[in-house]
Amino acid sequence: MTYPSSRPDVLIVGAGVVGAACAYACTAAGLRVAVVERGAAGGGTTSAGEGNILVSDKEPGPELDLALLSSRRWREISEDLGGGTVEYEAKGGVVVAGSRETADGLLRLTAGQRARGVDAVDIGPGELSELEPRVTRQAVGGAFYPQDAQVQPMLATAHLLRRARQRGAVVHTGTGVVGFVRDRRGAVTGVRTDSAEVPVVSARWVINAAGTWAGRLSRLAGAPVPVLPRKGYVLVTEPLPRVVRHKVYTAEYLANVASSDAGLETSVVVEGTRAGTVLIGASRERVGFDRGVSLPVLRTLAAQAIGLFPFLADVLLLRSYLGFRPYCPDHLPVIGADPRAPGLLHACGHEGAGVGLAAATGHLLAQHLTGERPDLDLTPFRPDRFEEATA
Amino acid sequence: MTTSPAERPGTRYDIAVLGAGPAGLAAAVAAAGQGAGTVLIDAGARPGGQYWRHREGDEGALHHGWGHFRRLRRGLSAHGADYRPGHCVWHVERTEAGFTVHATREGSPRTVRAKAVIVATGAYDRQLPFPGWTTPGVFTAGAVQALLKGHGVPAGRRIAVAGTGPFLLPVAAGLAEAGVRVVGVFEAGLPTAFGRHPLATLRNLPKLAEGAGYLGTLLRHRVPYRTRTTVVAAHGTATVTGATVARLDQRWRIVPGSTREIDCDTVAVGYGFTPQTEIPLQLGCAMRRDADGSLVARVDARQRASVDGVYVAGEACGVGGAQLSAVEGELAGLHAAYATTGSAPDRRRLAGLLRRRAAQRSFAAALHRAYPVPDGWQTWLERDTTVCRCEEVTAGAIREAVDDLGATDPRAVKLYARPGMGLCQGRVCGYATTCLVARATGRRPTADDLRGMATRPIAHPLTLGALAAGDDSGGDDSGGG
Ligand SMILES: Cc1cc2nc3c(=O)[nH]c(=O)nc-3n(C[C@H](O)[C@H](O)[C@H](O)COP(=O)(O)OP(=O)(O)OC[C@H]3O[C@@H](n4cnc5c(N)ncnc54)[C@H](O)[C@@H]3O)c2cc1C
Ligand SMILES: Cc1cc2nc3c(=O)[nH]c(=O)nc-3n(C[C@H](O)[C@H](O)[C@H](O)COP(=O)(O)OP(=O)(O)OC[C@H]3O[C@@H](n4cnc5c(N)ncnc54)[C@H](O)[C@@H]3O)c2cc1C
Repeated sequence: MTYPSSRPDVLIVGAGVVGAACAYACTAAGLRVAVVERGAAGGGTTSAGEGNILVSDKEPGPELDLALLSSRRWREISEDLGGGTVEYEAKGGVVVAGSRETADGLLRLTAGQRARGVDAVDIGPGELSELEPRVTRQAVGGAFYPQDAQVQPMLATAHLLRRARQRGAVVHTGTGVVGFVRDRRGAVTGVRTDSAEVPVVSARWVINAAGTWAGRLSRLAGAPVPVLPRKGYVLVTEPLPRVVRHKVYTAEYLANVASSDAGLETSVVVEGTRAGTVLIGASRERVGFDRGVSLPVLRTLAAQAIGLFPFLADVLLLRSYLGFRPYCPDHLPVIGADPRAPGLLHACGHEGAGVGLAAATGHLLAQHLTGERPDLDLTPFRPDRFEEATA
Repeated sequence: MTTSPAERPGTRYDIAVLGAGPAGLAAAVAAAGQGAGTVLIDAGARPGGQYWRHREGDEGALHHGWGHFRRLRRGLSAHGADYRPGHCVWHVERTEAGFTVHATREGSPRTVRAKAVIVATGAYDRQLPFPGWTTPGVFTAGAVQALLKGHGVPAGRRIAVAGTGPFLLPVAAGLAEAGVRVVGVFEAGLPTAFGRHPLATLRNLPKLAEGAGYLGTLLRHRVPYRTRTTVVAAHGTATVTGATVARLDQRWRIVPGSTREIDCDTVAVGYGFTPQTEIPLQLGCAMRRDADGSLVARVDARQRASVDGVYVAGEACGVGGAQLSAVEGELAGLHAAYATTGSAPDRRRLAGLLRRRAAQRSFAAALHRAYPVPDGWQTWLERDTTVCRCEEVTAGAIREAVDDLGATDPRAVKLYARPGMGLCQGRVCGYATTCLVARATGRRPTADDLRGMATRPIAHPLTLGALAAGDDSGGDDSGGG
């Protein structure tokens, strides 16, 4: 591959799943793309999460619309990349209600979701144990979401970037952005990096896809967006025969996803992987970038997983990992052009759904940059909404 | 062992020693001897670690330094240290008051609290992949030795011993003495470097005499000893039926035309050691890449790691043999006892230990220079040679993760191609994967590369039930995080 002699149209900062999806969509739209990543591709939060592409966990609203669009885009992308290569699987999600009260809440949620286009099927205990034979007998009912799918986030990132490179994109890993270049009128025209090989990269547009570090990057550009870390753990068991068939989670999880409570929240999502291991996630905690392992959190996750699938009590835990979800105070991502810094766009703050929402994010930004009318109204995700809120 | 008051639930020890090999035993005895409340925790059924591994009732006929072991074992009870065999430590947590050690005993959770910890978890054999290395009948040299020492069982009837390093000799000699036919000792290196380090040699005459003794044993049993030669392939499907042996050049590439087939039913292989560093990594201790290419904990002159209250002794802070491990353990025990109880160690004793440590470390460094592992072993592999046996990842798949998917470090390769994701969590393939990725990306392995394959928040598998239950006997540990 030769480096394009002229400057790229789009420079993407960050090669996580979101940056990779932007590179994929922009090159597909015929734009010239460069990506700068301070570490290794996918080495940020993307390497520390699960790959759920969920519509089930979202309440009616802009994020659900984004998720529905993204779930369609992921299906197309995985066909393009080869579903096997990114381990795309539309295995469906099962939400389990442990009490009558939760079950009633779930019924209201599914009704609202159906109205927005979600395929949500209310199920009783009998259907539940047909879908998930080993699930707890305590469950009073639940819902089935055939649209819920997954990819392997690292493979997805690698293959999205690979396709983008095939279409001429250039990816600089080990290259951190340390500042922005602006023209006389204040428009962003490129970035300065910490690499002697590419000290400056100029571009017509710069996309901030720096994940949990996007807040820091946005401050460098003088156009701050409040992206903060929300810590989460995943537990991984020994490989088992296929005993958990879907993504299975408690209805209480839905409350946690949307919560703003600063303390620890755990509500478990259990799923089997191709490799046979069972993944158990995920806790949500706001403790900054503290990498220390907290056993009480692991303990709670384990207990909740056993509550959902009693057989797990005798299954061996092999490892655990943790990461920091990029979240915004209103729990919506930031997607779109920043009026405070012409030339700068954001694609960040996807919290616990960045893998799921990446495909739509890249797609919408590419539409915006090529002057097409975006499939979704980007207003709810606009970067300057936080200033309005405090003003 | 007597039940001391310290054993009551909820009690906090001054010092918890993790691992009861030469380093841990020496540490526990030294600490308890200074009056520190000490607990010695070990996964094995009997103390001794890898070096003094023995059977029930075995009183040391086959062992070196058995008198030393007996003294340490006596010291343990004489000084009132608590000894907890059969405890697998899976996590060590820092708390405000010190440390909580989380272990399982027969699957049930156990916790122990202490003001300081001494990590003496040792090392295990480093393996390199080669075609056929996953065939039943290919063992690590350490496993073969453990079978013999720990169970009195020879691993096979016609055994080839291959790899590099002086510790192949005791394994082969032990087998020969137990009446096993050792078809050859194939040393990939050319250990002549000792001649160039006369000082180290002089200071460690006793150790070399040990080596000479082993060589004598091999000679007596007519076991061929070949240098710059190794087993480059094992044959057979259900079990090993033979192996290919080849001569190597200086960089360990196969000398063309030098391969030959040998008849054996077992291959014992060891290419040095991989220290067990999960616990220092969990605790956030600074690490370094040692002269032999292994990731080890950094320690200062008092065996202190970079994290307050954490000491590391023995192979976990650098491979150097049983005697060095014991010296380091004793130092760690004395210093940790002083730090936690204020009981000052005897100066002359300290000075003597420091002298011995310096001499043995320079000997260890000379060993590492004499037995390097150059990366030519990578040329023995075929594309379809398994590197990670748990997840069945081939050398070709690792190469593709770098060439096609753009992985630049072992951690990314692990996430793309899954080496190190299986049951053993990269304990076996971590070193090889790191080297393969480094070479494929045109550089040398770094400490960060190694760390990416060695970080394990769960040092030992436990059931989710045990994790969820926590320990109700060892005191409260819920407030630690
Ligand atoms: C435990 C856990 C479970 C999760 N489960 C799911 C799930 O099931 N489904 C789902 O959709 N999401 C899940 N997530 C969330 C998901 O992982 C994230 O939303 C997503 O990975 C974010 O992707 P990103 O590309 O925005 O960020 P990252 O992957 O963090 O990428 C940002 C990149 O920017 C780079 N960067 C930062 N600053 C600079 C700079 N100055 N210069 C150059 N490069 C820079 C970083 O190095 C990084 O590689 C989970 C997260 C966690 C922690
Ligand atoms: C095949 C072979 C031959 C050798 N021959 C010689 C020789 O001839 N001369 C020589 O000087 N040296 C020899 N050695 C090296 C010698 O065995 C080591 O140098 C020595 O045992 C290191 O002592 P240590 O205390 O650091 O670790 P070890 O002896 O390995 O002891 C570590 C202990 O920690 C325990 N442990 C580890 N992790 C955990 C955990 N998570 N929870 C609980 N317990 C844990 C282990 O069970 C073990 O008992 C040989 C080694 C091998 C493998």
